[in-house]
Amino acid sequence: MIVAERKPFEEIAEASAGFRRVLVAGCGTCVAVCLTGGEKEAGILAAQLDIAAQLNQREQAFEVGCVERQCDREFLDELAPQIEQADAVLSLACGAGIQFLAEKFPEVPVLAGVNTTFIGINDDVGVWQEKCRSCRDCVLTLTGGICPMSLCPKGMLNGPCGGSDDGKCETDPERDCAWALISARLERTGRLGGLEAIVPARDCRNALPGKQVHPAYERRYSAHE
Amino acid sequence: MGDKYEPKILALICTYCTYTAADMAGSMRLQYPPNVRIVKLLCTGKVDVMYLLAAFRAGADAVMVSGCEIGDCHFLEGNLRAKERVAHAKVLLDELGLGGDRLEMFHIGASDAPKWAEAVQKMTRRALELGPNPLRGRAMAAPQAASGRELST
Repeated sequence: MIVAERKPFEEIAEASAGFRRVLVAGCGTCVAVCLTGGEKEAGILAAQLDIAAQLNQREQAFEVGCVERQCDREFLDELAPQIEQADAVLSLACGAGIQFLAEKFPEVPVLAGVNTTFIGINDDVGVWQEKCRSCRDCVLTLTGGICPMSLCPKGMLNGPCGGSDDGKCETDPERDCAWALISARLERTGRLGGLEAIVPARDCRNALPGKQVHPAYERRYSAHE
Repeated sequence: MGDKYEPKILALICTYCTYTAADMAGSMRLQYPPNVRIVKLLCTGKVDVMYLLAAFRAGADAVMVSGCEIGDCHFLEGNLRAKERVAHAKVLLDELGLGGDRLEMFHIGASDAPKWAEAVQKMTRRALELGPNPLRGRAMAAPQAASGRELST
């Protein structure tokens, strides 16, 4: 899932201060699971902004809306009636959702209420861990299901750097060395030999914005384009 | 209402412990300020951050949440959840400028009527020190007040 954290309240309040009617738009998928931008969080933020506006003598109204996914066309459409009534939309979706909302409703100013942090897993109640950098060239088969791109600060692809010390990383003695974890995992499953293969350098062309079409839909979209 | 500031304090309290203590305080004829308005909940685990913010939007000068003593919750950990939510709501109140001191969590056992009276006295003193909630009389009347959709909490 995509993990995000709410922006500092002051930043949000300042960004929305100039708008009279603000729609606080939540998203019911990833950001709801990470307790940042779901319907409840949108309600709480709207209540906070409303109190702050009154304390600062600002005539503002905050409406709450929430759709299942802001990154999906048919769900996003459900916000249209509320957006029509708003002077600005404060989106609590991830970066993808905020951008799609801005693209679909280009006439209304769109404000970001969260910082999208990473793709990760829910480690415990209220705790999330980064697990994937979305690098488009997955080596997890070779590395025992442990990602050196996201867990190693240097993104080492062929074994640890010289800073690995007794299983810990030189950047932080509390942090596990990703490659120590990888070797232990591979040893346990008898696959250490796989590390003999050299992983070639990254193809940095992936810095371009990505787009993918499912093979089953290739014909449909090539015909239209 | 005269010029004298009489704080309005909302108390969200659990039926098993604090409400019993408050009831006993009455039976014992214990004296405490009449500024508190009690809302009895089955368990403080029912308390939601939205309720707390709604109370301040409606003009409450202070809000107290009071559940069972730690370890004594009839629902095992409802009071622990309330404690965490109150702590979080205090941060939210600090952020928006109203101040987290207007909100407090208490743990009062069913037989501890004097502790309830003390808690109300403490919150009343604090509400007097902090002065009236600036949203008093304004929040509910404001035509532009946020109409946040009801949450199914």
